[in-house]
Amino acid sequence: MIKTDICIIGAGPVGLFAVFEAGLLKLKCHLIDALPQVGGQLSEIYPKKPIYDIPGFPTVNAQELVDNLMKQIAPFKPTFTLGERVDGLTKQEDGSFLLTTSDGTEVHAGVVVIAAGLGSFEPRKPVIENLEKFEGKGVDYMVKDPEKYRDKKIVIAGGGDSALDWTIFLSEVAKEVTLVHRNQTFRGALDSADKVFELAQENKIRLLLNSNLHSLDGDGVLKAVHITDQASTVNTFEADYLIPLFGLSPKLGPIADWNLGIDKSAIVVNTEDYSTNVPGIYAIGDINTYAGKLKLILCGFHEAALMAQSAFKYIYPDQKLSFKYTTVNGITPL
Amino acid sequence: MELIKFKVEDRAGEVQEIEVPGDMGLNLMEVLKASEFPVLGTCGGMALCASCHVSVEEGLDQLDEQRDAELDMLDTLPNALPNSRLACQLPINEKLGGAYVKLQEVME
Repeated sequence: MIKTDICIIGAGPVGLFAVFEAGLLKLKCHLIDALPQVGGQLSEIYPKKPIYDIPGFPTVNAQELVDNLMKQIAPFKPTFTLGERVDGLTKQEDGSFLLTTSDGTEVHAGVVVIAAGLGSFEPRKPVIENLEKFEGKGVDYMVKDPEKYRDKKIVIAGGGDSALDWTIFLSEVAKEVTLVHRNQTFRGALDSADKVFELAQENKIRLLLNSNLHSLDGDGVLKAVHITDQASTVNTFEADYLIPLFGLSPKLGPIADWNLGIDKSAIVVNTEDYSTNVPGIYAIGDINTYAGKLKLILCGFHEAALMAQSAFKYIYPDQKLSFKYTTVNGITPL
Repeated sequence: MELIKFKVEDRAGEVQEIEVPGDMGLNLMEVLKASEFPVLGTCGGMALCASCHVSVEEGLDQLDEQRDAELDMLDTLPNALPNSRLACQLPINEKLGGAYVKLQEVME
């Protein structure tokens, strides 16, 4: 089990800067992020975009800001669990917290700081009848182990890069691959799209364009996928697996189940210290909401500073905290 | 000050006429939110979340063409239609005048 003063959920810019503010108060941080790298949206979605509203930086690229934050917090030796989502959060009798991730990692922390931005990025699900009934029983939202599909009949839905790439890859593995796409052209990489058309011409895959998923059939496990064509005729295809690949969409996820005050997918906080309605749990950055909230990185930085002072008092209620400027004292590595 | 008028149909089928100044640098997602339509705009207008997915029933041809970020996102939406747009990518200007947009279901 990992033990830490503060467990930060979300390793985006605000989560990273919280390590600095906590570090000044000699609090140690562990960060957990569902994405496989630090930086949150900045690294995942717009690494090359310039940001213009970071004080002191007329312009800075998103990834550069993340790299600089990592340098800035290095003296405080934060630790990371990446590529795992926090699923469980329970408060212990002594007021501390036990967190568990999707992969079973356990973290024991004095304070929990939710800096999860838009939430965790999860696969977007198509709206079709009885989809949920077949989740894990033939419906997979990502390909974890391609061997699972060896000699099986699979239907892939979607038109992006991952739909194209897995169609190409699995055409060599599965017994039969059907790709369903609602358009007649693909916006994924040009050579992948060409390859898919080529495979279809050689009858190595079945390509259904201008088509949509309609419904599913099975008997405990998936047996068939019904698909509508351009003329809205429903056709039935036998299938062992359906893999809808419609990209990722941000979700609050398990955070919604932690008895926190939620307003329109954001966590309600007290602006005095960005605490939530559960003592010991704070929420900073884009994930929180309060009167006048602005979703700006610089606001998140401010929230991190105030949160750290309050977190210190939560963990060490009997210790006095005197505020010190870094210009006077520098920083003391942990 | 020029006022831009257009119609919005919510997910229950109710139609409302909206009038907004065209010189305030707003986009349609912001106006829908401000007009209390159930539009979250979770990503703040970066074409990332598609919570402002609309279909343009009238006036589609007058609008500027989609840019890559919007097309990429629409491509991932299982319920996208040929006339689908992300409201956050539509600036409020004369091109939106007279349009009729319909809020689409947001994919969970």
